[in-house]
Amino acid sequence: MKAASFDYVRASSKKEVLQLLHEHGEDARILAGGQSLMATLNMRLTQPKVVIDINRVEELNRIRNESGYLAVGAAVRQVQLTDRAELAREVPLLAKALPWIGHFQTRNRGTVCGSVAHADPSAEIPLCLVTLGGSVVLESLKGKRREVPAAEFFQGLLTTDRQPKELISEVRFPLAQDGTDYRFQEIAMRHGDFALVALALCLRADGAHLGVGGVADRPVAQTLPLGDELPAALNTLAWSLGAQDDVHASAAYRRQLVRELGQRLIEEPSHARPR
Amino acid sequence: MHAPAEQRSEIELELNGETRHGRTEPRTQLCDFLRHDLGATGVHVGCEHGVCGACTVLVDGVASRSCLMLAVQADGRRIDTVESLARDDVMNDLQQAFSRHHALQCGFCTSGILMSCVEFLQRVPTPDEAQVRDMLSGHLCRCTGYTGIVRAVLEVAGQRQSGESQQNASENPNDV
Repeated sequence: MKAASFDYVRASSKKEVLQLLHEHGEDARILAGGQSLMATLNMRLTQPKVVIDINRVEELNRIRNESGYLAVGAAVRQVQLTDRAELAREVPLLAKALPWIGHFQTRNRGTVCGSVAHADPSAEIPLCLVTLGGSVVLESLKGKRREVPAAEFFQGLLTTDRQPKELISEVRFPLAQDGTDYRFQEIAMRHGDFALVALALCLRADGAHLGVGGVADRPVAQTLPLGDELPAALNTLAWSLGAQDDVHASAAYRRQLVRELGQRLIEEPSHARPR
Repeated sequence: MHAPAEQRSEIELELNGETRHGRTEPRTQLCDFLRHDLGATGVHVGCEHGVCGACTVLVDGVASRSCLMLAVQADGRRIDTVESLARDDVMNDLQQAFSRHHALQCGFCTSGILMSCVEFLQRVPTPDEAQVRDMLSGHLCRCTGYTGIVRAVLEVAGQRQSGESQQNASENPNDV
């Protein structure tokens, strides 16, 4: 499997990237870590005319701790977050989810924003972004810079709100809040495979905000009551996701995973302190 | 840099410590460039979509799948392949341990696994078995069932920690 031919541009600034996107629109693809794009190019599932490489754009390779959120630029690799000692304090949910993403060899190159742009329904980073109520920042040459809530950004299987001339310049993860316990769990055929069901949880004294990946055509998060009402609420959530049978698992098994894993994740004793 | 689709662009990179040049189209995968243009046939190409790990090389010291990189992206980078491991026809400690523990049968996946191990053991010098297995989850081996590989990696980690490795190699260079 070899990619169809395309023009390659190694951009050196964000402005150049935006200009190229303005010029080529849908005919262009952004090459960041390449861990999804390169596979689809090799399989000729996508055949862009122009590939815009942003790996050497320094201004897109930044992580900023702003008031209230952690901003992760378009060229930041997953391993840069894994190596960030403060992450367990800043965005503990993400710190717990990162080891579940692919393998260390793919996290070495794969980017955070690339995973968001690809919008695989079972991907961990979009799930965390939706569950935490984060956002996606989109920029274009002529249009207005806009910040889209994650829940609106993901629109379905590999489908997002990004317009052809827009670049995802950064994603924003809300910082940890006091009194919230962050938990992550997933079931896959083998560790590192695509999740059959992935769960991200923000647990507070008055409720559980649970995000589910791998079942619906996008990550979905909902606040559930604790105590006696929880099983019924989990059951309703499980049925609402429109699970489908596929070669990996039946819809019934996926619903059961949402109920059972969800209950366990919410009710397991609190960990002393994450890492 | 702008490389038109049908044109072969000049690429310069450092391969296993040597500066090398080549010309190729933008769409050429790094693994194919290393094999066909630079002769580094230790790079094995398996699935070509990032699943099997056979083509793993070090890019600036970091284990990466060379089928998921374009050759043009490697311009100016440092690439290390399995050819970098042996010195003067003597296999390094990791390769010797793979041989001792029957950590390969057909050997197709081995060069990629070895390159992952190089970075892994730098990052995690004293791994436990679970960590080694987690690292190996990025590779498919259909011959061994991974048991021999795990043993070999753990042994080398232990040897390097106690500093025995070099001594053994110099005493018994043929004990493989």
